[in-house]
Amino acid sequence: MVMNQFLILAAFLFCTGVYGVLVRRNGVLVLMSVELMLNAVNLNLVAFSARLQEVSGQVFALFVITIAAAEVALALAVILATFRIRGRIDLDDAETESSPVPHTAGADER
Amino acid sequence: MVAQNVAFWIVAVAMALAAIGVVRTRNVVHAALYLVVVLAGVAAQYILLGAEFVAWVQVLIYIGAVVILFLFGIMLTRTPMGGDSEFDNNQRFPAAVAAVFLLGVLVTLLVDAFGREKIELDAGVLATGSSAAVGDAIFRQYVVPFEVVSMLLLAALVGAVVIARRD
Repeated sequence: MVMNQFLILAAFLFCTGVYGVLVRRNGVLVLMSVELMLNAVNLNLVAFSARLQEVSGQVFALFVITIAAAEVALALAVILATFRIRGRIDLDDAETESSPVPHTAGADER
Repeated sequence: MVAQNVAFWIVAVAMALAAIGVVRTRNVVHAALYLVVVLAGVAAQYILLGAEFVAWVQVLIYIGAVVILFLFGIMLTRTPMGGDSEFDNNQRFPAAVAAVFLLGVLVTLLVDAFGREKIELDAGVLATGSSAAVGDAIFRQYVVPFEVVSMLLLAALVGAVVIARRD
């Protein structure tokens, strides 16, 4: 197996994730694209670990998996909180003074 | 070597098509399922590289927990699951150009830098990826980052509960 086939596959996954992050409007779908990018990086790390017969690459990949899981949990919590306030998650909702985002009636008032 | 190459290409093509499906589909649940295919494919590639422990952790954590989290997030935010929703902003063409350009740069760099270096699945590589070797490294060389990551997980847990609770 040529090492480059793994690295180029990882590059393709990464660029697909980049396209997803730039294009998708829904927060959950952007998170999925970020997961694509993280998996591409992990594949790179493990491929190099196999090439150089160094276990450090796989340990790094394990840490990335752990941190990615924590990140998804937190990001979804933020998305949930945003949904409760606004009634929808649309990343194109940039709320400014001149164009406020309508808040749902009966949203959680603190 | 032939069997491994055939397996690699089958899994790689499936992963590539599923990755495009994640970012292009109009059905959000289908996007989550395509993501499962990509994650499973990555686990298969780890096995092809001899990293058995990381492959199992990938299946367990990513497919077994992260995707479930995504599905819950889709459900709780009442994302339209009808199957024909418009989830893209109007930047499709510039984003595609940027992604293709980035891919071109990366592939050129990789081909130039690594040429045709090979990975042989010999005993050395398999020993490197065994659970014993990975566990040894985590609890000897990398024990401090391991403990710090445990703290981070605790902080993430508490933070997620605080942010998402309704009071």
